[in-house]
Amino acid sequence: MAATMKLSTLGYAASMLSTGLLDEQFQKLLLLQNKSDPNFVAETITLFCEDGEHTIGELTKRLDKQCVNFDEVAAFVHKLEGGSASVGAKRVKNTCIRFLDFCKEKSRDGCLKTLDTLRVVFYEVSGKFKDMLQLEQQQAEATK
Amino acid sequence: MAVAIAEAQFHVLAVDDSLPDRKLIERLLKTSSFQVTTVDSGTKALEFLGLHGEDASISVHADHLDVEVSVNLIITDYCMPGMTGYDLLKKIKESSSLRDIPVVIMSSENIPSRINRCLEEGANEFFLKPVRLSDMSKLKPHIMKSRCKEHYHQEEEDDLLSNSDSNTSSNPTNNSSGTDTISNPTNNSSDTTDNSSGDSCSARKRKVEARKDEISPKTSRPRHS
Repeated sequence: MAATMKLSTLGYAASMLSTGLLDEQFQKLLLLQNKSDPNFVAETITLFCEDGEHTIGELTKRLDKQCVNFDEVAAFVHKLEGGSASVGAKRVKNTCIRFLDFCKEKSRDGCLKTLDTLRVVFYEVSGKFKDMLQLEQQQAEATK
Repeated sequence: MAVAIAEAQFHVLAVDDSLPDRKLIERLLKTSSFQVTTVDSGTKALEFLGLHGEDASISVHADHLDVEVSVNLIITDYCMPGMTGYDLLKKIKESSSLRDIPVVIMSSENIPSRINRCLEEGANEFFLKPVRLSDMSKLKPHIMKSRCKEHYHQEEEDDLLSNSDSNTSSNPTNNSSGTDTISNPTNNSSDTTDNSSGDSCSARKRKVEARKDEISPKTSRPRHS
């Protein structure tokens, strides 16, 4: 059983790279995977997806108030920014950067609008990640 | 067992509140042959290091382990809720038992004033996130420079296992062999600053030898077990 990602999974990743959904950081993640930690990529992107969903939920809750605590909001966005940078989720990262600017300006409208964009780009990449992992899982079972 | 001790890895404590980031830094460190402990907050880092608001030796709070908890380097995210990486850095540098441990700060934001502030407070290095594998090679030099204190604990065990004159370990002539070992550490990196720290290391080694009996039982086991 190869410890590295299967070709088809790599192909999936390549298309995400070419569409700008992911950047070269994701390739570095793939290179870090080895026999001693064969599930590294799967675990890392799963953590990113779970963490991101939780963060979007928290952001929605906090921006739903009339009186927004922008420091708290920024802390959540910052955490997601870091996680997205680590896995190479470029569009999520860039959206977070814009989000942080609106937090600094204390613009609730700007934050709400950016949160909408964040939802779209996040679910786009996390959906693809989940499909990729499912494909990998299916192939692993097929070759047993 | 002698082989295991000779190949002991440097231990890095990684602090980051983000799960995927912790996973990544752990993988980067392990790929670079470090032993890794990860925690998700500055408070937990201080607990792990044995600091509870007062000076405490690193070994004191390792209740659940039968060996000393020895951390050779701390790498921490800057932006964390509650205690920031900067706050953690300050606490470490204020502690007489921890201040010699090198600290590296990570941040996803390239803010020169932030970087300078950390370096002025005593951080040894500042990495921009996402951290790269090539950044890991910058860690060992910092560890080697501050290695004296922990190295002598390690060296005590190495000497007893590999040196045929273990019974003369309290003999002053062993100090010179101890210093030689510092210059040629088991992890193959030679650092000229090790020589300059040799004098203070000798002084500390005498103190360590006086405490030899207090070291965990395994150091006094027969060499050829």
